[in-house]
Amino acid sequence: MTDNAFKGLSPQEATARVQASLKLRKAKESRFRLMGASAIGLALLFLVVLFGGILHKGVPGLFQYYVTLDVELNQERLDPKGDLSVESLYSGDADALILEAALRSIGEEGGRKTKRALRKMYSSGSGIRLIEYVQANPDQLGTTQSIKFAVDDDIDSFMRGFIQRETPEEDRRIDNYTISIVDRWQEAGLISYHLSDYLFFGSASRDAEMAGIKGALIGSLTTLFICISIAFPLGVAAAVYLEELAPKNRFTEIIEININNLAAVPSVVFGIMGLAIFIVAFGMPRSIPLVGGIVLALMTLPTIIISSRAAIRAVPPSIRDAALGIGASKMQTIFHHVLPLALPGMLTGTIIGMAQALGETAPLLMIGMVAFIVDIPEGFMDPATVLPVQIFMWADFAERMFIQKTSAAIIILLAFLIIMNAAAIMLRKKLERRW
Amino acid sequence: MIDTQDVSQTVGNVYVDSPRMTAREVNVFYGEKRALNNVTIDIGEREVIAFIGPSGCGKSTFLRCLNRMNDTIDICRVEGEITLDGENIYTPSVDVVPLRARVGMVFQKPNPFPKSIYDNIAYGPRIHGLTRNKAELDAIVESSLNKAGLWGEVKDRLNQPGTGLSGGQQQRLCIARAIAVSPEVILMDEPCSALDPIATARIEELIEELKQQFTIVIVTHSMQQAARVSDRTAYFHLGDLVEVGKTEQIFTNPAHKLTQDYITGRFG
Repeated sequence: MTDNAFKGLSPQEATARVQASLKLRKAKESRFRLMGASAIGLALLFLVVLFGGILHKGVPGLFQYYVTLDVELNQERLDPKGDLSVESLYSGDADALILEAALRSIGEEGGRKTKRALRKMYSSGSGIRLIEYVQANPDQLGTTQSIKFAVDDDIDSFMRGFIQRETPEEDRRIDNYTISIVDRWQEAGLISYHLSDYLFFGSASRDAEMAGIKGALIGSLTTLFICISIAFPLGVAAAVYLEELAPKNRFTEIIEININNLAAVPSVVFGIMGLAIFIVAFGMPRSIPLVGGIVLALMTLPTIIISSRAAIRAVPPSIRDAALGIGASKMQTIFHHVLPLALPGMLTGTIIGMAQALGETAPLLMIGMVAFIVDIPEGFMDPATVLPVQIFMWADFAERMFIQKTSAAIIILLAFLIIMNAAAIMLRKKLERRW
Repeated sequence: MIDTQDVSQTVGNVYVDSPRMTAREVNVFYGEKRALNNVTIDIGEREVIAFIGPSGCGKSTFLRCLNRMNDTIDICRVEGEITLDGENIYTPSVDVVPLRARVGMVFQKPNPFPKSIYDNIAYGPRIHGLTRNKAELDAIVESSLNKAGLWGEVKDRLNQPGTGLSGGQQQRLCIARAIAVSPEVILMDEPCSALDPIATARIEELIEELKQQFTIVIVTHSMQQAARVSDRTAYFHLGDLVEVGKTEQIFTNPAHKLTQDYITGRFG
């Protein structure tokens, strides 16, 4: 070795060297802190931009423009058979009564041109709305009532400024005459802007002003119900078996690896599998929440199993010893002690899995839940669609107003996701070991 | 004095008259590894027997054989015969559930359930169906807490969590929980190792009282504790039961060299 072998340091030298290295260490630490803080800052910025964008676009979508028309609820013409039955009402003259009211609103007798223009200015679903109004208020027959009808989506876009007056008439979707009627309506104070009832209580429609999410929302809820009723018991049972009862051998190891792999399988694959098994092999109908729920259950099952196993593993072994030590059986130990302590973690995992399922589109496209369904589903076997698929479909439509409706539906979907996550946190807090 | 390293034969008298539990040529394996070697010992009626020895000597393993807590370890295999009141507890027909009610256990770290004090004690009687009504259950809870010397301290807060008690109180709660199902034998696995000296003294006093009624097997790292509380002492060394005898004799006049080395602090 060398001559000047290291002989150790005097205390003064050691202190000096420590001081020198301390400076470096501190600099390193503060650099790391800064990096962490900026990463969080960046993430927050993206979040704010994302939410800001969605809210900016979507909140106006929650509202729409209405025109108030004084409709004469003429009993003979609305209800020719006089029994308020559906056939009677639909064979009546609702559309004509609305047109007359619209003509009155601009004080004109109305030539063909005026009538044609007016018919395109309020929603084509107004007749049905009037019939529903009569069904809800039969005692008002024979009177004249002010009723609000949605304006056509082009008029709505014009009111929002998306269609501009300055554009040459031939390039505009609405002509000068229509604009003059809108102006007259506005002067008379007939146009109002408020929360859209079509959005919340309407179902799918090609007419943007009438399109709503109720059908999709009910489809989502029924699908999720099926999903949770299959995935939660199966997932918890599988987790308990694997963690507490199964022997640790090659076979259970393979199962474990495959469950982890399953969690990483792209969701569309589950959709293809659902199509092949439930629809093709078992002959179940397409587009129904039952099949959708089963497919989503299979998709979320690995998530639930993995989080439930983690929750079970987190229960201290001393609790199991304590229970076994006074003669509790294996099952009593699991059900009286392990599961109650693991439940918060299991529920959190489940709700996160459900939130994932709520936002899932791809597997549902595979099993036909992308169909255009006007009727609101009434059960697990009725064709339905779900919120994210509805958003996907609306995003594809050309009308300007669908852009706002899409954003509004995204807000509603996000609201549901946030509610579910908040529920997960609250459940956790409530059920967590209180001592 | 047997001045050798020979451990093939246990020194001292392993037998007692009318034993509560007996172990005959018990071997325990963890997978391929042998953890206990031909252990033969009797545990007498209403005696306190202490198992001492250096870490890893197999004393806790042997203790856990006595109520088959080792069953929970997949790779653990027990050979030989262990009887409770003349009945082999390792025959396949024996159910561990009633066995563990008869042979209770207190663990190294206090492990009350995250439930109320009352429910901690009442759990055992409930699952074994020992009581017919609430009054009987209340009586068991009170008498168990009384025997564990805890009643006076907790009688006004039976509904509060058992985990909110101090370490020593928690351990006495665990003892009360064990005696609530009226066991014949209580196994204690280093019950004081997580406690301060005052709490330890309380537990030791308690053991003194409990031995009027129960047979107690205690594993301890503290030789003073073994000397204070036990009637007989068994010294384990690397899986072998080296020496068994009256406690005074083991600590004053050990017959085996290894025992002497251990109690004089030459290793351990």
